[in-house]
Amino acid sequence: MKVAADVAGRLVEAIGAKRVVAAEEELATYAIDGLVPSAIVRPASVEEVAEVVRLAVKDKLAVVPVGARSKCELGMAPQQYDIAIDMTGLRGIAHYDAGDLTLSVDAGIPLRELEIYLKEKGQFLPLAVPCFESATAGGTIASGIDSALRLQYGSPRDFLIGAEFVDGTGQLCRSGGRVVKNVTGYDLHKLLIGSLGTIGVITRVNFRTFPLPTTFGGHLAGFANSREALEYRSAVEKAGLPVANLEVLSPSVAGMIRAILQKSEEPLPPELERADWSVYSSFEGNEEVVRRIALDLDTIAREACSAQSRILQPAEDEALGGMLRECFEWLRWASPANVICRLVLPEIKTGFLTGLLQLAESVAPRSALLVRAAGIVYFAVFAEENDEVAIASLAKAVSRVNALARAGNGHTTLLRAPTAIKSQAGEMAGEHIDRGMQLRVKQAFDPAGVFVPGRIVGGI
Amino acid sequence: MRPSLIREMKSLLGAVNVLDKQEDLLLYEFDGSVEKGRPDLVVFPHTTAEVSQIVKLAGRYEVPVVGRGAGTGLSGGALARGGGVMIVFARMNKIIEIDVENRWAVVQPGVVNLDITRAVEHAGLYFAPDPSSAKSCTIGGNVAENAGGPHTLACGVTTNHVSALELVLPDGEIVRVGGKHGDAAGYDLCGLFVGSEGTLALVTEVTVKLARKPEAVKTLLAIFETIEDASQAVVEITASGITPAACEMLDGWTLRVVEDYVHAGYPRDSGAVLLLEVEGLREAVEGQAAAIAAVCRKCRAREVRLAKDDHERDLLWKGRKSAFGALGRVAPSNYVLDGVIPRSKLPQALERIKEIGKRYGFNVGNIFHAGDGNLHPIVLYDPRDAKQFENAVAAAREIIRACVEMGGALTGEHGVGMEKNELMGLLFSDADFALMRRVHDAFNPDSSLNPGKIFPLSKGCGEIRIKKKEAVGAKL
Repeated sequence: MKVAADVAGRLVEAIGAKRVVAAEEELATYAIDGLVPSAIVRPASVEEVAEVVRLAVKDKLAVVPVGARSKCELGMAPQQYDIAIDMTGLRGIAHYDAGDLTLSVDAGIPLRELEIYLKEKGQFLPLAVPCFESATAGGTIASGIDSALRLQYGSPRDFLIGAEFVDGTGQLCRSGGRVVKNVTGYDLHKLLIGSLGTIGVITRVNFRTFPLPTTFGGHLAGFANSREALEYRSAVEKAGLPVANLEVLSPSVAGMIRAILQKSEEPLPPELERADWSVYSSFEGNEEVVRRIALDLDTIAREACSAQSRILQPAEDEALGGMLRECFEWLRWASPANVICRLVLPEIKTGFLTGLLQLAESVAPRSALLVRAAGIVYFAVFAEENDEVAIASLAKAVSRVNALARAGNGHTTLLRAPTAIKSQAGEMAGEHIDRGMQLRVKQAFDPAGVFVPGRIVGGI
Repeated sequence: MRPSLIREMKSLLGAVNVLDKQEDLLLYEFDGSVEKGRPDLVVFPHTTAEVSQIVKLAGRYEVPVVGRGAGTGLSGGALARGGGVMIVFARMNKIIEIDVENRWAVVQPGVVNLDITRAVEHAGLYFAPDPSSAKSCTIGGNVAENAGGPHTLACGVTTNHVSALELVLPDGEIVRVGGKHGDAAGYDLCGLFVGSEGTLALVTEVTVKLARKPEAVKTLLAIFETIEDASQAVVEITASGITPAACEMLDGWTLRVVEDYVHAGYPRDSGAVLLLEVEGLREAVEGQAAAIAAVCRKCRAREVRLAKDDHERDLLWKGRKSAFGALGRVAPSNYVLDGVIPRSKLPQALERIKEIGKRYGFNVGNIFHAGDGNLHPIVLYDPRDAKQFENAVAAAREIIRACVEMGGALTGEHGVGMEKNELMGLLFSDADFALMRRVHDAFNPDSSLNPGKIFPLSKGCGEIRIKKKEAVGAKL
């Protein structure tokens, strides 16, 4: 604890006692993959953030920037972790031009707060991400987690128009700007998306905002097997219908959603009670558009031999949409030990899904499969115990998933895995990464290696 | 240029793929901008391996290399500022692979922008970024500059439609970034390289995403008595939450020049027109067109016309897309500026531009992407008159400065190049330059690739030196 006290002491000297926490019970809540920091700082200004980074560089300490800490388990286990920079104290709205649909906010502002703020002007930010109630704007960008609205609005790389951040030399830098179209200088802010805090402490993010649609709609179609569900998915895609969301739920995912909705007494679409494979889509626009999409989906579903096809009631749609936004959250708490893989594939075929489910069956009693937009598949394998045997079987599952993805010209990222198998599993998943190219970026941003070493696959 | 380098280059590529005569090199001294920079050698590779070999060979002779597509750029990005070898990608112009089902295509950098759309439109698909030069500019240049166009308002610019790249680094190494079939793991390197203006690597292959043609399109021409009313309409359309697919403005003076040339049907006696387009589902388009027309009328539009068929629509667009050609009829040369402002400041911005132009003795035309605040003031001048050119450049700088003061940026789609590198200090600090410089050096440590671009030459910390041609020659 001597080192810990020392780190805290130096931080107190640098930015004052009010901003530094070293109480053990609090430090424990900032642990990542079992690693506990020596101190937490809660900066009240960007200058203080920069001060802490400079101190860390000087004293060779490792820094992890955090927001609401809802997705700290993404990424590999840190190799060193001395200081957590908690950004939740920096939560102002720096600039909002509703007429221009542009917004600039401090990294620590919660998305929920932003939602309420933007709603007053009839606008919103299409970041429908898990842990929405607590997640911060900066943390969401750093996590690179999928938004459920990606199909229609794109990923953050399509609407993050600028950012400010403290780089690995302790300097405040900016990239992009506050205008919707801009090619001035390198697009460094894009590198922050999914960087997991490894190249800078994000202090401010600038977004393009979007008009809030007037009407929402939802549709659920049930199918006897995954082949029919995928055929329907592909037919919807070909019809060019602008749906915000098109998610294929395996029977077990439907079952998990059903259980949670029943327990919380939220409206449950009856189809989920007996569905085999279900496909959910949400859509928005004016009244005519919503009606048209709903009717078209219904027609396409029936043509694709849907066993049940129904336009959802608004309350059902809201409940189901919320569940899918939060899927990462409930998947990870579904069993004592589990892995959640995110696969990216050029094409999603029935044989592939069957292969995944078969391999899951051979290692664990339960699994869940969710086909999302942009060729993304979430695949979770659940172990009912958190012991060595269970963990070994999860490791086996990850290596097989990885092999399967590679055979399909895709790749796997681990969204979650027990720390014990992260490095082994991560290495396999990281085989497709060009480490040399990634390192060039890391070293340019963080020459001293002050930010979370080891967090990106490949030891970056 | 050392004769042995020329000899080696000819033996590598064949004499027919190398230009070294002054009269040939002269043609590559220009692009679409007002800048100049003559290469010492122009080469035409056919393969990625050749590109890599060219770069290695030039490296041995310590001669800088610059990539070039069709040379339609507007910021001097593809000019040989430090002399050296220019790699022209015109002969790497094959479409390698098209996947209609999954909506992507792999193309070589020399493929002309519009040819991608032509190759896939039979399947109801198209490549969304549509610079005005789409008929001639190449995808490699689009990637380097992160090119935009009228329809990027709703669809996004080049970076939003590129998923993977094959690159040749300045040391000749061939690498791939991005995910050909979707998200890549790790840092978004593809996002970094798109728009890096050829200063980090040469693009030798591009995987583009293909968009699905909308079910319905409506094109409107809103006619205003004054440019103030037209800009107010843009402000109100944007604020009302309607996102047209395109929202272009032509001021009265420009539209008269265009009309005399193209006969697109623009009213010669109006103060400004807005060319607006909405696309999507039939149900959405109907409503949006009606809403836009209502806003325009509220902003005192004299008339809102709806193109009644494809012919009328094409004619309206022909006017917009031929505008720069039309301007060539009224002055020996024109300087097309490119600045961005928050859309809510459009009326003030146009007022400032007018005032600045007047002070320097120019009538500044405006034909631009109003919907995303991307201004293109046009200064007409005579390049033979040195004083006039000097004034045009001074006026341009003042206009860009005004854009920044209003919360905007230096360039919306043309790039920084060698046109605005000295203005970068208006937006970026020493710390910003230091980081950008480290990123630059991580890939292009000797500035052997496209030197003298993006970074200011006059500022200590962001400085990227151009090797003087004489110096290189002397050393060799």
